[in-house]
Amino acid sequence: MFAYVVRRLFIGVILLIVMSLVTFLLFFLMPQDPARVACGKNCSIAQIKQTEKALGYDKPALTQWTDFLQGVVVGREYPEDKSLREKAPELISDCAAPCLGYSRVNQVTVSEEIKEAFPVSASLAVLAFIMWIVGGILFGVIAAVTKGTVVDRGIVAISLVFYAFPTFFIGLFLLKFIAIKWGWVDVPSYTTIAEGGVGGWLSNLFLPALTLALFFMAGYVRMTRAFVLESMTEDYIRTARAKGLKRGPVLFKHTMRAALTPLVTMAGLDFAGLLGGAIITESVFNFNGLGKLAVDANVSYDLPTLIGLVVLLGSFVIVANIIVDVLYAVIDPRVRVG
Amino acid sequence: MSFLSVRDLRVHFPTIDGVVKATDGLSFDLERGKTLGIVGESGSGKSVSTSAILGLHRRTNAIVSGEILLDGVDLLKVSDEDMRRRRGREVAMIFQDPLSAMHPYYRVGNQIAEAYRVHHDVSKKAARARAIEMLDRVGIPQPDRRVDDYPHQFSGGMRQRAMIAMALINNPSLLIADEPTTALDVTVQAQILDLLQDLQRDFDAAVMIITHDLGVVAEMAHDVLVMYGGRAVEYGATKEILTHPEMPYTWGLLSSIPEVDADPEAKLVPIPGNPPSLLNPPSGCHFHPRCTHRDKVPGDLCRTVSPELTPGTRGEGHLKRCHLANPDVVYEREVLPEIAPDLVEGR
Ligand SMILES: Nc1ncnc2c1ncn2[C@@H]1O[C@H](COP(=O)(O)OP(=O)(O)OP(=O)(O)O)[C@@H](O)[C@H]1O
Ligand code: SF4
Ligand SMILES: [Mg+2]
Repeated sequence: MFAYVVRRLFIGVILLIVMSLVTFLLFFLMPQDPARVACGKNCSIAQIKQTEKALGYDKPALTQWTDFLQGVVVGREYPEDKSLREKAPELISDCAAPCLGYSRVNQVTVSEEIKEAFPVSASLAVLAFIMWIVGGILFGVIAAVTKGTVVDRGIVAISLVFYAFPTFFIGLFLLKFIAIKWGWVDVPSYTTIAEGGVGGWLSNLFLPALTLALFFMAGYVRMTRAFVLESMTEDYIRTARAKGLKRGPVLFKHTMRAALTPLVTMAGLDFAGLLGGAIITESVFNFNGLGKLAVDANVSYDLPTLIGLVVLLGSFVIVANIIVDVLYAVIDPRVRVG
Repeated sequence: MSFLSVRDLRVHFPTIDGVVKATDGLSFDLERGKTLGIVGESGSGKSVSTSAILGLHRRTNAIVSGEILLDGVDLLKVSDEDMRRRRGREVAMIFQDPLSAMHPYYRVGNQIAEAYRVHHDVSKKAARARAIEMLDRVGIPQPDRRVDDYPHQFSGGMRQRAMIAMALINNPSLLIADEPTTALDVTVQAQILDLLQDLQRDFDAAVMIITHDLGVVAEMAHDVLVMYGGRAVEYGATKEILTHPEMPYTWGLLSSIPEVDADPEAKLVPIPGNPPSLLNPPSGCHFHPRCTHRDKVPGDLCRTVSPELTPGTRGEGHLKRCHLANPDVVYEREVLPEIAPDLVEGR
């Protein structure tokens, strides 16, 4: 098992390196010239060249990429140009390893940006995850055991509605009615636990987390229902009933154990994806998380930030994949031995 | 009255297309210590009928009627909770594919012990000891070690032994074995059948064994019931039925017994034609579209009138569902020479 995890991590690192290279290449294949955009409409050619140099986009793409990789391993110092550094030693900022780069647009290191934004996205992800897993499994199981009745049809219909509506619609709806029109809660703005205590942190997260949770919950209700129904038809469930087991143990011990296993994979990967930022929800509620950071970086052609986010999100997904596989081996004895 | 007495058992599944009559008026009797064999093609309603005895059908999709008298108690009239308490204790079942019949995520020993603990108020430790004892009884080597294995770590034959241990752990008085050897290879089949016979003697249980294989019936069963399209078409003592069958469908089954040296994997397609639809069964005798003897019955009776289950030419103990007036003669003259020519010549 240990050797397996090490091998998977190794493959993951290679994957990340390739991903960063692809991102660099794609960035420089863009039809837009980032320096021209940054400089403004009325810049002269010379000014544009100047900006390009200041942004560090003047070097060949491959060199920039190898500089980036080197920075991740040993750290970097900015500005990169030696002559600039010598001229103004007081402006040197040090970016220790693993250095993901320096955003000239925002005038901070990428690690700094991520340190600011990650708690926002992580808080959202954790709270949404708890809500949608609890709700999704609960309603999914209820729908499965009441299959064909009004209860089941109601649950399926409602989850279909939430599944079909785009997240920004649900988010705007909640914001407009619950927060603004009816004033049941304050308009959320992210508050850390240090600032507002656990209560303030939770109440401000509630609406955006609910927005995310509703969308995911809809899918999980339908999956849970399908998995439970499928597992109810298994031979070993008939065996469990033939033993004389009560309904409770048949459902919770035998049926659910088998039905929920595939959910572990999906839940793990969905959660990892969310950790990297919920673009739409964060934008709707104006939360400065990783998702919003990515959108802004896109708009301002902020390559270092983009690369940093790609590598971060990529590593979340890779690590989540490994954790899910290890979990699977814990859950399913057939995987464990084989 | 017999220990188990089933009367006019019907299991109907209402579907959008109509009512599927999977079991349609089945009656039979069984004593303790005796074995009843149930044979018939795939889809003839064998599993549906026996599941009804365990009360495994869900009220939401099945309508079960008739009488199932076990030791004088009608199992179709007792409460759900009462039936649950009898399941696994009075009536136990062994299934066809022991791999899929065991939960892949739980240890074999836990699954067996669980069957004991449902019906006995004992500690986990005591139930585990009992499970080891049963594993030993069904011939699992090193049971105290294997008890902690998962099903996938057992071989096919061992899994079926473990299923038998699970079924017998509460000393049931009725054991239903639904094709217990179909998924196993030939040598293991014989071992499992021997084991079942052994255990039946020890436990004095009534046994129902479902099979496609008349060879199994010949070896194991005192009585045999041949099913076709949800009904009994021939029923009587095994010896009697196998030597003097009087119903063309049974003849077809007999002629499809594989040669001893035939490929055991070969799937048996006993009789040309398809099994009858349970939704819209054929008119008259349900077997008539496939029967090669229907011309011998005058007046198109086979197509228009459904034959009753009536005593055969050799007396009350032998029931058959067929219009043929002299099936014994037809069998002797036409069927026997086909299926066992050497036997006929020898006379
Ligand atoms: N829940 C159900 N709804 C509708 N039809 C059903 C249902 N369960 C079983 N049937 C039908 O009942 C018929 C009899 O099935 P059953 O499993 O008893 O056959 P069998 O004789 O055991 O066959 P096999 O030898 O393949 O095990 C089949 O045609 C099946 O389609
Ligand atoms: S009743 Fe007629 S069709 Fe049916 S089995 Fe007998 S001979 Fe054949
Ligand atoms: Mg069957």
